[in-house]
Amino acid sequence: MSLNNRYDFVLVFDVRDGNPNGDPDAGNLPRLDAESGHGLVTDVSLKRKVRNFVGLVKGETPPFDIYVKEKAVLNQAHEKAYVAVGAEEELKGDKKRKGSGDTVGKARQWMCANFFDVRTFGAVMSLGTNCGQVRGPVQLTFARSVDPIIAQEHSITRMAVATEAEAEKQQGDNRTMGRKHTVPYGIYVAHGFVSSFLAKQTGFGEDDLELLWKALEQMFEHDRSAARGEMATRGLYVFKHDSELGNAHAHALFDRINIKRKDAVEVPRSFGDYEVRVDEAGLPAGVSLIKRV
Amino acid sequence: MTSFCLEVSGDFACFTRPEMKVERVSYDVITPSAARSVFEAILWKPAIRWEVRRIEVLKPIKWISVRRNEVSAKASVRNAQTAMNAGQGNLALYIEDDRQQRAGLFLRDVAYRLHAELLPVGDDARANPAKYREMFLRRAEKGQCVNQPYLGCREFAARFRLVTDPDSEVPALAESRDLGWMLYDMDFAAVSDPKPRFFRADLQNGVIDLTQAQVTA
Repeated sequence: MSLNNRYDFVLVFDVRDGNPNGDPDAGNLPRLDAESGHGLVTDVSLKRKVRNFVGLVKGETPPFDIYVKEKAVLNQAHEKAYVAVGAEEELKGDKKRKGSGDTVGKARQWMCANFFDVRTFGAVMSLGTNCGQVRGPVQLTFARSVDPIIAQEHSITRMAVATEAEAEKQQGDNRTMGRKHTVPYGIYVAHGFVSSFLAKQTGFGEDDLELLWKALEQMFEHDRSAARGEMATRGLYVFKHDSELGNAHAHALFDRINIKRKDAVEVPRSFGDYEVRVDEAGLPAGVSLIKRV
Repeated sequence: MTSFCLEVSGDFACFTRPEMKVERVSYDVITPSAARSVFEAILWKPAIRWEVRRIEVLKPIKWISVRRNEVSAKASVRNAQTAMNAGQGNLALYIEDDRQQRAGLFLRDVAYRLHAELLPVGDDARANPAKYREMFLRRAEKGQCVNQPYLGCREFAARFRLVTDPDSEVPALAESRDLGWMLYDMDFAAVSDPKPRFFRADLQNGVIDLTQAQVTA
């Protein structure tokens, strides 16, 4: 079932005593907009979590397999039996008659049909020309924190060493120091878009969309680690347009979600220190707001 | 009227210089080709063609550096075809094995006014140009688009607004400088091997006039 609506969405998530997204340029400190002090989480970081979530709940089996994998999630590196799409006879017949451009097209369709992430976010396939590209219907932006964040650095000790040589050097003391970085509290907002036109090209359907929303709602629940601290999705506001082209400007819709620190709070340390105001009055005709979280 | 004006803005943008695309470095301003695709994201049919005439820069040129983990491999068509025919196979791409960290030097906090002309190329558009003009106006006014326009890369989504009276808008950035050679657009005459074309970008009081620009291959 293909999509017949345009969607724009706002994803709100927070972090407590954790590092939502480390910056490889800055020794894994939380990403920071140096000029304004706002925290950043890249689009690819969020997409990774969607992939991991879908991989987890669907067991990485076609048609919900994940193409770009992280080994930590996948410990079942077995060979996949892929579902054949369309008539196989057509496939065989094609080989003889049509040019290579068409076979690339077939392979692309087949990849879309088997892999959730290819169908959702797109992928680049090799083989020369532009036709080897899949443009996914889902487009995500960098997430940015509502207030400037403060990155804290903690020194930690380890009561063991990795190698014997190191133990000798320390004369049996066997202690090493490490560092970890956390954000005491930060609330982040990312924007996203779903194009039904591109969805038709990749075969991204209503079921996939539902799975995407579920992933955005729950992905942090399955991404626990020492570095992350406590992360959670605090809001997922989906603006559904009646038409495929859309019924309103995306930015005008996004402006309806306002997150502010409460007046009395000077140092925010929890979600309760923020007030989320959703302006639902007078939504443009043909746009409905679905509050998923 | 065949000329239209859109104001686009965004938190970040990356109009990658072709000579520095491993570690992406953006041009100082939006390229005509990126501007064209903003218009195309709102309306494009095989019967029409967009030509960007004028780019007005509205905000000072500022930078941000972001390093990200990226994959270095592309999906292999051959492997996909083998698995497709066999009905099984191992196609996965492991990010730990094919990883590269790439820094990008992006623009931040950008805003442009883009002027472009809608030119008919197909017979239908020539016979009935008003149809396409109206279609574009209607869509841009309402915020409709085929996919959300973006500033160079898809993660840098653009806000857009139709400008009906450019004279009453805020003036462009009061700055003139020679921006050097910039990508004008890709020439898709040979579809399998598109060729880049460049132009000398001259920013005069915040405006790049493309009608005067000399474009070379």
